[in-house]
Amino acid sequence: MMRSEPRALQLNEHGQLKHFLTLDGLDKTLLTEILDRAESFLSMGEQSVKKVPLLRGKTVVNLFFENSTRTRTTFELAAKRLSADVINLNIETSATSKGESLLDTLQNLEAMQSDMFIVRHSDSGAAHFIAEHCTPNVAIINAGDGRHAHPTQAMLDMLTIRRHKGGFEGLKVAIVGDIMHSRVARSQLQALTTLGVSEVRLVGPKTLVPSFFAEMGATICHDLEAGLKDVDVIVMLRLQKERMKGALLPSESEFYRLYGLTEDTLAWAKPDAIVMHPGPINRGVEISSEVADGKHSVILNQVTNGIAIRMAVMSMAMSGQLQCDESPMAGEDK
Amino acid sequence: MKLRIQNGRLIDPSQDLDAIVELFIDNQKIVAIGDAPDGFDDAEVVDASGQWVLPGLVDLAVALREPGLTQKGNIATEGRAAVSGGVTTLVCPPNTRPIVDTPAVAALIQDKADEAGMANVFPLGALTQGLEGTQLSNMVALTDAGCIAVSNHRSPMASTKVLSRALEYAATHDLLVVFHPDEPSLSEGGCAHEGLMSTMHGLAGIPEEAETIALMRDLLLVEKTGVRAHFARLSCAKSVEMIADAKASGLDITADVAVHNLLLNDQVLDRFDGHYHVLPPLRGDEDRLTLIEGIKAGVITAICSDHQPHEKMAKIAPFAATEPGMANVEILLPLAMLLMDEGDLDISTVLTCLTSGPAACFGLEAGSLSVGSFADFILFDSTARWTWSYESRKTKGHNSPYFDEEFVGRVMATYISGQRVYQVV
Repeated sequence: MMRSEPRALQLNEHGQLKHFLTLDGLDKTLLTEILDRAESFLSMGEQSVKKVPLLRGKTVVNLFFENSTRTRTTFELAAKRLSADVINLNIETSATSKGESLLDTLQNLEAMQSDMFIVRHSDSGAAHFIAEHCTPNVAIINAGDGRHAHPTQAMLDMLTIRRHKGGFEGLKVAIVGDIMHSRVARSQLQALTTLGVSEVRLVGPKTLVPSFFAEMGATICHDLEAGLKDVDVIVMLRLQKERMKGALLPSESEFYRLYGLTEDTLAWAKPDAIVMHPGPINRGVEISSEVADGKHSVILNQVTNGIAIRMAVMSMAMSGQLQCDESPMAGEDK
Repeated sequence: MKLRIQNGRLIDPSQDLDAIVELFIDNQKIVAIGDAPDGFDDAEVVDASGQWVLPGLVDLAVALREPGLTQKGNIATEGRAAVSGGVTTLVCPPNTRPIVDTPAVAALIQDKADEAGMANVFPLGALTQGLEGTQLSNMVALTDAGCIAVSNHRSPMASTKVLSRALEYAATHDLLVVFHPDEPSLSEGGCAHEGLMSTMHGLAGIPEEAETIALMRDLLLVEKTGVRAHFARLSCAKSVEMIADAKASGLDITADVAVHNLLLNDQVLDRFDGHYHVLPPLRGDEDRLTLIEGIKAGVITAICSDHQPHEKMAKIAPFAATEPGMANVEILLPLAMLLMDEGDLDISTVLTCLTSGPAACFGLEAGSLSVGSFADFILFDSTARWTWSYESRKTKGHNSPYFDEEFVGRVMATYISGQRVYQVV
């Protein structure tokens, strides 16, 4: 798999994160460091005082150009547990809807002396664009951009897998459903291949799984049984109902019949396979209630792990930005 | 006025000429090559030592943006940019505001171009009113008003039936039709070549079939109607094969390609840089190399800049939200020379595709330094190292990925009808 330029954009000269835009180009050591850091935050949620002062005095802006209650809430919670001041902006209903450009919005927010933007946007590359154009020393965390990347979601999935499977070596993972439109699947594929799983299978009809994914290191399966055979991990993706009646799929019922995860189809996987889902789940569309709530499901663990991962990434990016501050080369690659 | 160009290396593929010879100009036209005609003792002398004397470039795709889009460029600025790039004759598309679907708009463009006194400007007229693809334009009136051909640009036709009738009508009056083959139901919403890069980066893809399916339909209708046809901005390997096959079967058609589709592939989308957002998109390397092969084989006979100037904000956005196009008319020749440097094309082929090749596509009297031609020529220093910068640009456009690039080879002076309209100072 090719490594691309975004590495230069999101790492400082010491190889530390200063933005978190994509997993493309990040190496195993760094991903493992993120997971280890998250582990250290996990136990904090069980304590009576759930705060550390790593981002004290810093202002974090949740900059959501697209709705997302779950992701926004976990980022907010993560920032607050790091002692940051948090502002939530739902841009869909504010400035850009009045015609303001993304750059103008960004510059206004910079003028408010923010330290970190958590960005969700419907355009692929939006987080890169903001990282390229914002002033130095503001960390950008990608909370999902178009179809491109959702790196914190992928990393919380990696944490969930590691905690349940002990590691990644030799694992077979199946990702099932609407791969084509999924930023989660793209980031998961990058994380899983970097961390050394033995196989990632992308499962779905040709309308949802383009053949180009094979060139990214995945095995393409159009048959669910072949896709789930002996896998250790199953990731079900949300099938967006609005796509169902387009030309991509004939119907919900036909998709469920061919690719739905039920107790019967789950049996094709290894007996101790775990079932994941980035949520929100559509019961009876991509997954049955029995499986979603069953003993193989780790869906709620994913949510808990999401807070720890986001704490880890935010604290590391802020630390990387501070390292830039201390360097005479600060900001030169902007 | 008499002019004598001496000591330059005169290269004119239309005459198979490459030699250090003198060029003699009188009353706007070339009157002799080599030996001076009688009475040239009193001519003004231009010493072109160390430089190439080339026919002025003929660019089949330069958006001037006037009328209506003057925040992006205007006839004076883009005309100036064109001549600084050595372009002495240009064809501009009909997608202005208002659209070139009335003789008045065509006349306005030519009047403004005459006023600017830069390149010779030939507008394309709209094939359908408002480029809406439903009602035929007054194509004969448009061509009578100076439009060199008609085209629906990149706008879709309402139906194949309307297209077929438009071609029949154009054929009736022997008009040239310019096609931008695109099946909108396949390209709709796309911003990048459908391939590994667009898949990795989550950019909505434009499949090659968007071009080739439309091209096949267009070729069948051209064959049926007998209309004169030119196919613009090809981007796919399969398109080259299809044009080659159509030509071999006897169809009298021509085709061009944008220079950036010959130089770049979709790997440059790595950082979501909107400056690389163009239509048709930058495709895979196999496509790029096949386009070059198509030029070598004479299937494609014109290279254009596809100059699309934009205001700054048009490119300050995430990739898919940027407006497509590059503003590269000023560097058309140095960019094309890169194809030669890489060993892909020889000098004669490159220059043919920039001069007599495109002129022949549209039946223009340009692109040649033969005796009797208008004296449209350039002086080109093939060894000059220079950097094209945002600050020094002539275009009003802000959009080029090539700012701050160092080039080897520079247009030093441009002459139109024997008059110097541009010179590096």
